Amino acid sequence: MKRRDFLYLSGMGIGASMMPSIPIFGNPVPLGAALEPVDVALKKQMADVALNAARGKGATYTDVRIGRYLNQYVVTREDKVENIVNTESYGMGIRVIANGSWGFAATDKLDNDSIAKAAALAVTIAKENSRLLTEPVQLAPQKGYGEVSWKAPIEKNAFEVPIKEKVDLLLSVNDAALKNGANYINSILFLVNEQKYFASTDGSYIDQDVHRIWPTFFLTKIDSATGKFETRNALSSPVGMGYEYLNARPEDKIKGLTTLYRNRYDMLEDAKQGAIQLGEKMKAKSVEPGKYDLILDPSHLWLTIHESVGHPTELDRVLGYEANYAGTSFLTLDKWETKKFNFGSKLVNIVADKTQVGSLGAVGYDDEGVGTQKWDLIKDGILVNYQAIRDQAHIIGLKQSQGCCYADNWSDVQFQRMANVSLQPGKEKKSVQDIIKNVEKGIYIIGDNSFSIDQQRYNFQFSGQLYYEIKQGKIVGMLKDVAYQSNTQEFWNSCTAIADESDYRLGGSFFDGKGQPGQISSVSHGSSTARFNGVNVINTGRKI
Amino acid sequence: MAILTKDEAHALLKKVLSYSKADECEVNLSSTDGGNVRYARNSVTTSGGVSQSSLVVQSSFGKKMGVATINEFDDASLEKVVRRSEELAKLAPENPEFVPNLGPQKYGESKTFIQSTADIDPKLRADAVEKSLKISKDSNLIAAGFWENSAGYSAMMNSSGLFAYNTSTNVNFNVTVRTKDGKGSGYASKGYNDVNQLDVASATRIAAQKASGSSAAKAIEPGKYTVILEPSAGIVLLENLYYALDARSADEGRSFLSLPGGKTKLGQKLVDERVTIYSDPQNPNLPTSPWNGDGRPQEKVVWVDKGVVKNLSYSRYWAQKKGVKATPAPDGIIMEGGTSSLEDLIKSTEKGILVTRLWYIRPVDPQTLLYTGLTRDGTFYIENGQIKFPVKNFRFNESPVIMLNNLEALGKPERTVSGESNTHAMIPPMKIRDFTFTSLSDAV
Repeated sequence: MKRRDFLYLSGMGIGASMMPSIPIFGNPVPLGAALEPVDVALKKQMADVALNAARGKGATYTDVRIGRYLNQYVVTREDKVENIVNTESYGMGIRVIANGSWGFAATDKLDNDSIAKAAALAVTIAKENSRLLTEPVQLAPQKGYGEVSWKAPIEKNAFEVPIKEKVDLLLSVNDAALKNGANYINSILFLVNEQKYFASTDGSYIDQDVHRIWPTFFLTKIDSATGKFETRNALSSPVGMGYEYLNARPEDKIKGLTTLYRNRYDMLEDAKQGAIQLGEKMKAKSVEPGKYDLILDPSHLWLTIHESVGHPTELDRVLGYEANYAGTSFLTLDKWETKKFNFGSKLVNIVADKTQVGSLGAVGYDDEGVGTQKWDLIKDGILVNYQAIRDQAHIIGLKQSQGCCYADNWSDVQFQRMANVSLQPGKEKKSVQDIIKNVEKGIYIIGDNSFSIDQQRYNFQFSGQLYYEIKQGKIVGMLKDVAYQSNTQEFWNSCTAIADESDYRLGGSFFDGKGQPGQISSVSHGSSTARFNGVNVINTGRKI
Repeated sequence: MAILTKDEAHALLKKVLSYSKADECEVNLSSTDGGNVRYARNSVTTSGGVSQSSLVVQSSFGKKMGVATINEFDDASLEKVVRRSEELAKLAPENPEFVPNLGPQKYGESKTFIQSTADIDPKLRADAVEKSLKISKDSNLIAAGFWENSAGYSAMMNSSGLFAYNTSTNVNFNVTVRTKDGKGSGYASKGYNDVNQLDVASATRIAAQKASGSSAAKAIEPGKYTVILEPSAGIVLLENLYYALDARSADEGRSFLSLPGGKTKLGQKLVDERVTIYSDPQNPNLPTSPWNGDGRPQEKVVWVDKGVVKNLSYSRYWAQKKGVKATPAPDGIIMEGGTSSLEDLIKSTEKGILVTRLWYIRPVDPQTLLYTGLTRDGTFYIENGQIKFPVKNFRFNESPVIMLNNLEALGKPERTVSGESNTHAMIPPMKIRDFTFTSLSDAV
């Protein structure tokens, strides 16, 4: 299904056009029957058919992923429900090594004959391609886990919440936004459940149940006299949680210029505040371009971390496997080998973590049967590691994969995808106010917006939802037309303060795109508010 | 599931509709078979074959609608999916923007299916990649590339007498060639319905030449420059204009086409008068389906005529509300140009920059259609009609509206694949003055 077909199905229109990218989805279905997972014994039986068929055709390694991917989208605008879409995609992907080469085939026909045929096709493709190899695939050893399972620790399965409750929530959010000054609102609730089964010739049979949720909205206010308009997007995060994320609790709110959210989200409050802020954004002063100290809230900084740290530390990019599409990386192996490459200031500690509870990337095992873990990428400002999977681990001297292999569907081949990559909070006790009070000329940025970075991850440009001007340690008003441009290494070396753990929050991407054919992945990025000195700010106002 | 003939698809859809008890029912059936191969570091990496089909049933009672789908095709499954969609429709709230089924439609002929593309097998894919790899290895360069082919059909029927059917094939190839020291990079991308039009060796040679030629680039100051955008660079900015020609957002005041007082720029001059942009499913160079996803015919539509916004696309609901024809958004776009080649445009340029590709295009301001992104894989300085030296990549901040008002010259359009959206269009090379580069990038 192409993006445009999905837009047609969901009727998302303008709301969708404001989103960075909408991935390929499965087919729309009603939900009831799909909530009951497929029997594990049946999945093992189907997996064994594939493993045996591939072995019989000459595969030296095989893994099988049987996936049922459920999505639900509730899409509204103003006082209307535009669409309720339930999608299910169920099938099997078979990956083999034969003659030293990878081969892959996928099928949605799960009778024994079709499975065996797909396994044979995967082996044929591997053998056909083996003449194009420069060296055979080397897989890091991985012990079989036997029959095991993992379930996301959710409190309330969002798929079991009645549609009416979700519709009522979104319509009340819309009503609050319209009453507080917005002219338009598109609100959307995205739900994902991946029921994944993995089996391999290493002797693993792994059953997993993964849940994700993202409530979000897009507000617009029009000044019909001038023809100008302003927008404000939700400050929610997509998370690896159940419906409990929408159960707002006072202890998860950080009150200030606008309310910011930790592990629970108050969609109604955010929509009200957002609608009021639209009026303020319209009257805001257009920024004077120049150098500013930036104070970046976690609702904004997550995306800068994602683009400038998460992607360049992916080993497949470093090695050139993504050269034709997403690009390569400036963090080349020689820089890592020196053990001295100064990625950022001494305050900068960044970890990769596939185990963080509530994060989008958390699973028990990755999509090639490796138990997940947490490791350092940047330690005291120095580049110390990458993100690698089984066929790359040997290149950086690892004896085992780091467990960050993922495929977005049974129909796509798994490959290296970003772990949750997060900036560790400052070790000294420090609040956001403590950071702001020392800034002479700065901008405090909340929320993510436009993002763009080059194919080696040097030069980037980001903008936000709310910009507050700081003069002599005080917030003096709102700005507009702000975007900042920097170079990754310069930027992270300009980091002079990070708030402590009490300010730590997760942001994240529901639709991170990579690979050919394109696949999406969901990944979280945590941080506390951080300060970056002397960053170049441009004014984006134009006339047409 | 194999590609069903028109008669077979008709019979299957008729059977599905026979189970319906709803006020209205609409069924979409589609199936694709495809394969791909990916390579990098001069060696094959991942590849695969995928086959999938789906049946989507939409039932409605009054203004309540439900959608269900299935990928099994026995009688019991077909009846089950119809019942499920009816159950969901009964649970759904009324949608005031619900539009009833379309009646029978007339569609143009389809030219989107080519048998030789449907016949592509793993060996043909591997042979093609082998050719590409030979060129990069012989030139002491490193290639990373991707080949993808598919064949499939779509069919649609509803309880109001509409029936639509189309088959199509597609093949895409793109390749990035880099120098071994990582200081030069070149790119080429091609896509067709007919695999016989695809010349993998020629595309790889272009990418290889750009890789060698772009090595050791010089840094020049960012600022406003005359640029020549090759079609693969132009398409990624232009698609943000021609896919945004939506009536509703313009009428609602939240588009670059909106004017004060609820008016729009429909009928007004938006860009240089040499700019004409249209879509035509019958265009022999870029054939597309004669019907769109909701059963409306796709006809030739002129979107921008000599710089004037001539048509906007409408959802069926918005068209009904506004009392106008419900023109669907376009599939394949054709931008008219001239007869000059890229070389001619270079020769006529006193000072300027040749851009192979633009990358990571993101919206900055929807009001002015301002976008940011970077040059990539071959950026060259032109002086006195000649390419003088490669230059380091730039970040730009520019609006396609401003860009098409700063038009200097257009070359001959060619079929191009967007590196951002993967859609195809006929785009001319464009010479643009005062294109805004805002910073330098060290990326190669």
